[in-house]
Formats: sequence, C-alpha cells, structure tokens
Amino acid sequence: MIGNREFLYALAFLIVIGVLAVVGLPGNILNLFIFMMIIALAAQGWNLLGGYGGLSSFGHAAFFGTGAYTTAILQTNFGFNAWVGLVCGVAFGSIVGAVIGFLSFRAGLRGSYFALITLAFAEVLRVLANSWSVTGGAAGMLVRLQNGFTYLQFSDRRYFLLILIAFVAATLFLTRWLERSAFGAYLVALRENDQAAQALGVDVFRIKMQAITLSAGVTALAGCLYVQNFLFIDANVAYGSWISIEALFAAIVGGAGTIIGPLIGSVVLLGLGELTKSFAGGIAGIDLVVFGVILVLCVAFAPNGIRGFFSDLAHKRANRMDAA
Amino acid sequence: MYSPVIIIEALLNGLMLGAVYALVALGLTLIYGVLHIVNFAHGALLTVAMYLVWLAFDRLGLDPYLSTAVITPLMFVIGYGLQRFIIGPASHGSDNGILLVTLGLSIIIQNLLLAGFNSDTRTIATDYAFEVVPIGPLLLGLPRVIGLGVSIVTAIILWLILDRTDIGKAIRAVAKEKLGASLVGIDVAHVYAVTFALGTACLAIAGGLLMPSFYVSPTTGAAFVLVAFTIVVLGGMGSIPGALIGGLLIGVVEAVSSLFLGDSLGQIGIFLIFILVLLFKPTGLFGARG
Repeated sequence: MIGNREFLYALAFLIVIGVLAVVGLPGNILNLFIFMMIIALAAQGWNLLGGYGGLSSFGHAAFFGTGAYTTAILQTNFGFNAWVGLVCGVAFGSIVGAVIGFLSFRAGLRGSYFALITLAFAEVLRVLANSWSVTGGAAGMLVRLQNGFTYLQFSDRRYFLLILIAFVAATLFLTRWLERSAFGAYLVALRENDQAAQALGVDVFRIKMQAITLSAGVTALAGCLYVQNFLFIDANVAYGSWISIEALFAAIVGGAGTIIGPLIGSVVLLGLGELTKSFAGGIAGIDLVVFGVILVLCVAFAPNGIRGFFSDLAHKRANRMDAA
Repeated sequence: MYSPVIIIEALLNGLMLGAVYALVALGLTLIYGVLHIVNFAHGALLTVAMYLVWLAFDRLGLDPYLSTAVITPLMFVIGYGLQRFIIGPASHGSDNGILLVTLGLSIIIQNLLLAGFNSDTRTIATDYAFEVVPIGPLLLGLPRVIGLGVSIVTAIILWLILDRTDIGKAIRAVAKEKLGASLVGIDVAHVYAVTFALGTACLAIAGGLLMPSFYVSPTTGAAFVLVAFTIVVLGGMGSIPGALIGGLLIGVVEAVSSLFLGDSLGQIGIFLIFILVLLFKPTGLFGARG
C-alpha cells in the first residue's frame, strides 16, 4: 500500500510541525507555518478537482473569496461566531462551485476553456466585491478582534496553527477516502479519458459536479481561516488571482493527484519564497519569480511534481536492485 | 440623458480602442490557430513591449512611434527564443504542459518587471497626446486615430505574410496538418517559433500604439489578457477576421458600458460576454472548431 505509506508520511510531517509549534518556534517561523497550512488547504481543495479530475481551474479564488467574505460578513454584520461563519462559508463556497460547475460542465468545457472560464468567474466576483457596499467595496472589511475558541482567534497563535494542522489532516483523510472510493475511481477514469468513461456508463456530469463542489468547499475553508488569521479582507485578496495561482502551483509542484502533493508543494514553494525574500532583501515580487521558475522547471523535469520525482527515483533504484 | 454626440463619440472611441485590442488578440489567435495553445504569457509580453517603449522614451528620448520600429523586431526575436528554447522543450508538447509553462512564464515576467521597476504607473508625455482630430461635431483623440490606422495596416501585412510568403505557406501547412508538414520537410519547431514570434511582434506594435494615451505598470498586461481572450473566443479561436471584428466589438462594448456603468463596473460587460460565449457558443462567431 504505497498510498497508505504516503498518507502516514504526511500525517507524521504535520505532527512534527505541531510538536515544534508547541515546544516553541520563533514568531516569524510560526507565521510562515500558519500561511503554509492555509495555502496547503487551498491546494488540497484544488487537487481534488485539478489533480484527480484533471480539470485545471485558474479561478479557485472564486471559492476562497466566497468563503472569506461569507464568514467576515456573518461575523461583522450579523454577530455570528466564527464557527457558524466557517460552516456557512464552506457551504456558500460549495454552492458557488456547483453553480460554476453546472454552467461549465453543461457546456462541456474542458482543458484551456475550463481554465479560462474559471478565471473569468473569479474576475467577475472580484469586480462585484470591489463595488458592492455589503462587502465593504474597495476599502474591504475588518473582523473584530475577539479572543477565544468560539471566535477562532487566539492571543497565543500556536493554538491557531494546531487548528489549521487539524484541518489539513482532515483533508488528508478526505483525499485518502477519495482514492479508495468508487467516486475517486470514476474521477480518475474521466481524467484519463472522459469519453471512454462515459461509454462505460460513468455519469461524467454528475461526477464532475460532485468533484467541483467538494473542491470548492475545501478551498472556501482555506478562505475562512485566512480571514480568521488576518482579520481583514478586500476584493483583491479574496478574489485576486494570487490565491488561484498559489493553490494551483502548490498542487502541481508537489504532485497533482496525490495525497501528499499539495502539502509538499505549499511547504516547498512558500519556504523557498521566504528564503529568497530574506536573501534578496525585500525586493517586491521576487518570491513569485521563484514560484514561476519552480513551476516551469517542474513541468520540464518532474511532470509528476516533487512527489512523483522521488517515487520515480525509488522505482529506478528498485529496478536496479532487481537487475543486480 | 446623453446627447447623441457623446454617444457617437463613445462609440468611435470604443472602435479605435478596439482596433488596438484587436491587434493584441491577433497575436493570441495566430498562436492558438497554429500551435493550438492558449498562451497565458501574452499579457505579460505586452507589458514587456510597453516597458521597452517607455524606456526608449525615458532614457533615449525616442518618440514611441519611432521606437516601435526597433522594438518590433526585438520582440520578434524574444518570442522566437521563448517558444524555441523554453516553452517548446519544457512542455513536452502536452497541452496541459504548455498551459502551465506559459502561466509560469507570465508570473515570472510580471514579477521581474515588478522587481525591476516597482509598481508605479509610468506614462509618456508627448505633445500630441491630447491633440484631437475634428470630424464634423466630433472630436477624436489623435493617438487613437493613429492606433486604428496602424492596426488595420498591421493586420493587412500579417495577412500578406501568411498568404503570400513561403514561411506563411509553411505556417498554414503546420496549422492544418502537423505530421504531414514535417513529412514534406517543414521544420515544425522552427515554424512554431516563427508563429509565436509573429504573435509577439504584434504586441510590440500594440504597445507602441497604447503608450502615448495609456500607462504601464507590471500588471497592465494582465488586465489586457482577459480582454484579449474574450476577443479571441468571441471571434473564434484561431480566426484572424474573427479577432479583428471581435476586437472592434469589444472596444465598443467597453466604451458604451463604461459610459453607462462607470469604469470599474464597465469591465463586467466584457467578462459576461466572455462567459456567455464560452457557455453557449464556444466556437465563436467565425471559429471552425470548439
């Protein structure tokens, strides 16, 4: 069971981060881990649709932003607590996913057409959020500072990191379930050849709908937790292309369509980005240059991501040992 | 509520802006038509061209229309190199690979520009930027009139290249039947790179036409790229007349919708057209295949 071992590695990695956090990490490293986990969640969401289903979305910001705004509005304007906001955020994110999915899959969009339409939907939402008064318009909105478990805000940020780790672990379980379920098998089948899958009796439209709804919900969760961490959201953060890009990059670089890929990808990308920033002395955009270079190198030399690169190496070594 | 003069002026302005949009879209649709790839780096390359125009003006004092004559061959070479040595080899010819490599390139270029020039918007002040051409009661901005003229001439030149020259014939052959073309001795990798280079050269001209009346910042191209995609999809992926008509149409839609909705909401009109076309007629107005 290769998949099982991979799953255990991923869990062990999360536990190590958790233990380190409890023992004590410098504040900037703690913040970096918090951000890595938020991006890992968004990338786990992207991976369900883009990795397993082969439908590369360039607009996961649509779900991230909807989750973020839902929880921010519910807390600020209606006085709900953060957990109600989180549940509703995930629900609304999933609904947005279902609507976009219904429209695009009805029209049979795939490949670059699907990438383009998701990008366009995210842009429409960005422009709307930027001019609507409920979302605070261009000024954005602030969530009130209130410490406590019900508000998902902690004076000791280690608690927040532990909660994030728990959510990322939950998505690992979700992905492992997906890999072993009939639904996951159908999803991979339509990624490999959706006409063949259809001919064999797979309800392609329904499977795609389920995949985008699930995927959107997980990425919306990342949006909710982003707001809880930064307590501020505006249209360019919520629906900006940065999050669509980071979710996609992390999943692809780590290894799309694998359990551990998005987690590896976000840790490696953000870690290297942070290192570059500290060496380059705060030149704006330099970390994103590194992300872009890593993506291109990955597509060129490790098409299955870092995860695939190492399992290929392991295969080669095993083959050599068999031959000897 | 609006006088007819204002509306007609908005329409004509839209038409003239649309001509420059059409030029950007022309490059994109040419690349799609031959290589069958969606070039996500197109917007970032437009930004590069606009910065080159700005640099030539700022450092050397060159008039934008003059420097475009030098920058166009330069962008041709950059485009050739990118496709031949980076996009082609790195993507292993898979559609998804090309999509990701061009996306990666656009992020790299955009942020290198951000690192090099920071996020300030740069403009060029020429003496003719605010000159107007009076036509009856209408007043039309001189840079936009020039933009319309040059765009039309460029489209004709591009058509002549594709229709009359040997390389044009090779490009059309590769677009129709890649394997067959390579069997009769056409160097497909070279033809791909030339096509990509022609598309990139169109951006240089568009950059030169935009700079006198527009500004440039590292994200300027990103704003154009969705508009260009809308035009390409509307006109039909790969269709050159489609890109021209689509460009003019989108220019008019933008001008009219910003007149009635204001600038920020005005963009929505374009995105909605984009989504509606993708959903209901993904082959576009002139496209042969979906």
